Amino acid sequence: MTDETPNNGLRTQRWLRRAVTLPYLWLLLFFLAPFLIILKISVADPIVAQPPFTPLLEWGAQGLAGLKATFENYAYLFVDGYYGIIYLSSLKMAAIGTLLCLLLGYPMAYYIARQPPRRRQILLMAVILPFWISFLLRVYAWIGLLNNRGVINEFLLWLGVIDHPLPMLYNDFAVYLGIVYSYLPFMILPLYANLERHDHDLLDAAADLGARRWQGFIDVTLPLSVPGIIGGCLLVFIPAVGEFTIPALLGGADTLMIGRVLWDEFFINRDWPVASAVSVVLLLLLVVPILWFQRLQRREQELGR
Amino acid sequence: MNDSPPSPLVQIQEITKKFGGVTAVDRVSLDILRGELFAILGSSGCGKTTLLRLLAGFEEPTSGRILIDGVDMTDVPPYERPVNLMFQSYALFPHMTVAQNVAYGLKKERVPAGKIRERVAEMLAMVKLEALAGRMPEKLSGGEKQRVALARALVKRPKLLLLDEPMAALDKKLREHTRFELASLQYQLGTTFVVVTHDQSEAMMLASRIAVMAEGRIAQVGAPGEVYEFPANRYVASFVGNINLFEGRVTGVETGRLSLHCEALGADLSVMSDEAIAPGSAACIAVRPEKITISRQAPESKDRNIIKGTVWDLAYFGDQSLYRVRLKSGTELQVSAQNLRRSAKLTVEWDDEVYLSWEIASTILLRS
Repeated sequence: MTDETPNNGLRTQRWLRRAVTLPYLWLLLFFLAPFLIILKISVADPIVAQPPFTPLLEWGAQGLAGLKATFENYAYLFVDGYYGIIYLSSLKMAAIGTLLCLLLGYPMAYYIARQPPRRRQILLMAVILPFWISFLLRVYAWIGLLNNRGVINEFLLWLGVIDHPLPMLYNDFAVYLGIVYSYLPFMILPLYANLERHDHDLLDAAADLGARRWQGFIDVTLPLSVPGIIGGCLLVFIPAVGEFTIPALLGGADTLMIGRVLWDEFFINRDWPVASAVSVVLLLLLVVPILWFQRLQRREQELGR
Repeated sequence: MNDSPPSPLVQIQEITKKFGGVTAVDRVSLDILRGELFAILGSSGCGKTTLLRLLAGFEEPTSGRILIDGVDMTDVPPYERPVNLMFQSYALFPHMTVAQNVAYGLKKERVPAGKIRERVAEMLAMVKLEALAGRMPEKLSGGEKQRVALARALVKRPKLLLLDEPMAALDKKLREHTRFELASLQYQLGTTFVVVTHDQSEAMMLASRIAVMAEGRIAQVGAPGEVYEFPANRYVASFVGNINLFEGRVTGVETGRLSLHCEALGADLSVMSDEAIAPGSAACIAVRPEKITISRQAPESKDRNIIKGTVWDLAYFGDQSLYRVRLKSGTELQVSAQNLRRSAKLTVEWDDEVYLSWEIASTILLRS
């Protein structure tokens, strides 16, 4: 409030601005640059060469001779219904997986948030613990469990509950299981962070004003946890749409997910331009939810102050 | 006028609440009358908030029961009690507007929408918040939040309104103003209010009766004057207002009067008392600072206790002065004196030799 603070404040601001540029540098280097490369490839023509696509800039004797870009790859994605179906199917599978995560994660986050502080720490640790093992390894482990000769089937056969092994692997069921298993912590953590901050007086106040416990939950807890729900859902949904490992390892031949198609285009068809176009379209599809998520986070931070 | 004494609205009967091994409320019995503004006064951890939560139904008593309007509340959940609570934190729903907050209780009661609008408007007018009906709670000042909380609790027309430290979150100036408003609102509505507070001046100013709580028990119940002038025990005497307390020994018993010797004062004092206390037994003597007259001349000695001392410390407040007077024995007494005469110079100054005197009738006798 004194006369010298504006000066001081300006200096801090300048320093801050410099510090803020660091993450931007990071993004530039590791996000924007790769993205521009992909974008460049997506407008090239596939050729049998190394690398397997035509260059964007054509060089003549006098330097730059011209720009060669084609949108045929994108047109191909739209004309060939196959890709549309796969995009839709990916979105559907990610959405259902997200919903399952929410239905499972909400009660868990709610329960953890209501434990005494010491137990909360232990339970949160338990949620995070699986991250200590490689993601790939954990997904592989499910193969051993879900296999026709896997632990679960062998056990059920031994019990005599079933005569034939249940087909639990290499189908959509296994993919959903994999998504829920892998992404559940991403749902629980933001939900927990939200629910843990709720003021218990609010529920008492609702009860005092005539609300039964479930009404208090519907009227107070649920609406106040919407930011946590959205945050958790986006954290699960966004990576789940482009998920490759889970459908590749646990999915069947008929499991249509864009991540696998990408892999096939890149490594089996060696059609890098089409593969790049596929990923650019995927990114555009996800830009809307990502921006929404960022806006939400900003608002949460403002409220948190 | 009805001659029969007003029937108590709330009857608290031998209620005990234990949390694990800790007894928060210990065999408390209390009647709260209809239309009363009752205060429960105590320091933090004395069990007053637990008692309030027992009344609201958020806690179940370990033993004992509470009757409201003659109905046993033991198995009645909070959402069915004719009781509303104004929380210390106000607990306004942050995702609802002022009007929605106030309407919430009526919605749960399934009051028709038109009626809700009417009653919410009426309530908001009463607490002078009509203009803010559409605001979100985060955009309100502390005083406005408090009034929304009050309106929300009152709109259901409860038989009993509980207020948990209603002024604690307000600044000092607003607090004093709000006390008057709260008292006049209670008078207008005639609803029974129970205020829980740690602030003795708040309890004294607001309440028609005060229950002083200590360590889960009721130390005394009475009108503010009774609690202040006739404290039941040492705890109440020292918790409510300022007081000078001394240990003494009974030396003589007359009808209506006891003589005591106080080692700490190095003096003999008299107290009015009808109690039959055997000479030689210990007793506690107390006198409030404002009851003591300070003078440089020896005062009239009839029916007064007199001791001599030196002014050790002095605080001048304009309207009154506070003195610390040290006796020969080393004991200090607090004396407060109204500055009745307009004068830039005080009649009693630092290091003056003074006489302290007070009426025998103003002396409080406390049994240990």
